[in-house]
Amino acid sequence: MLSLTSPVRTPFHPWPVGLKLALLALITFAIFLSDSLAVHAGALVGVALAYALCGRVFTRDALRLMRPIWIFVALILAWHLLTSEPELGLRIALRMVVLVALANLVTMTSRLSDMIALVTRLLAPLRRIGVNPAMIGLAAALFIRFVPVLTEKGAHLAEAWRARSPRRPGWRLAVPVTLLALDDAEQVAEALKARGGVPNE
Amino acid sequence: MERNLTLIALFAALIAALGLVPQFTLAFGVPITAQTMGVMLCGTILGAWRGGLAALLFVALVALGLPILAGGRGGLGVFASPTVGFLVGFPIAAFVTGWLMQAMSRMAVLPAAVIASVLGGMVVLYIPGTLGMSATLGKTIPEALALNLPFMPGDLIKAVLAGFVTSAVARARPDSLLSRA
Repeated sequence: MLSLTSPVRTPFHPWPVGLKLALLALITFAIFLSDSLAVHAGALVGVALAYALCGRVFTRDALRLMRPIWIFVALILAWHLLTSEPELGLRIALRMVVLVALANLVTMTSRLSDMIALVTRLLAPLRRIGVNPAMIGLAAALFIRFVPVLTEKGAHLAEAWRARSPRRPGWRLAVPVTLLALDDAEQVAEALKARGGVPNE
Repeated sequence: MERNLTLIALFAALIAALGLVPQFTLAFGVPITAQTMGVMLCGTILGAWRGGLAALLFVALVALGLPILAGGRGGLGVFASPTVGFLVGFPIAAFVTGWLMQAMSRMAVLPAAVIASVLGGMVVLYIPGTLGMSATLGKTIPEALALNLPFMPGDLIKAVLAGFVTSAVARARPDSLLSRA
């Protein structure tokens, strides 16, 4: 399965993930505190400049990721034109666009393995209450392996259905797909046990 | 131990796989996906703790940047968008659905799973969902709730379907219905 990390190298890729996340949290917090339109507009210019540094291909991918947001932007602008508070509407819309764009910038310039490494490090103290961070890493790995497996098996089931029926398979496929998930889970559990179980470091 | 781990991982993967099923559109143009049905199934089949953890794993992997939300979305941007409340509500919804399923252990599987899915996967999910929308869009709670209104019929359908899937699973794999074990 592909992650959302961009294959296009940008100046932000080498930055440590922790630093990017801390900056994102800080800027998000600051924008929620501010109610000046100038600050919001300035933030938009800043984010646009950051994307400009990353090039056209990268920005096009980022815009694709932002597609669901524009409906909400249109909705908010229309709403506040009707209630005659266009400035408030503009501020809310700007805040949304800036924060989503900034968060996507962090996701697209950070490798999945770096993210998982950071989370495992942050969760290390959980060991004291009996949670094994290695287990979380293993669960993530199983997840990443099995999403394409389940999707592919689901596609086979849909094909088999279409070979037999002119109607669309629809929700009925959810039953065999759920059974497949259950059966795969039992088998992988047996396989893990046979190989010595979950590593305990 | 191993079984709990693999069930949690595989049901998190099931939520993702159901989100990739092409979405269909209700009569009045509201897209619905099977993703929240996956969240309900986590609760009705795995029970409160395992179901909640499966949904939590799914949400954590969205945050780490996997494109596993319906329509291939994901990443940190989703947590700044108006639908954030629904996403962070997934684990709570799966947990409550599973808890209700376990609490109604005397009832037949089908009605229990439908009731648990409606209350846990819909009513409970709309609380953080509406709060998130209210915060990101600068709207009052009733206004945000009104914005969500068009999605409720679709969610009701999904809750009923989750009930049917759970009852089919109960017949096919009675030992795997951990919410009733």
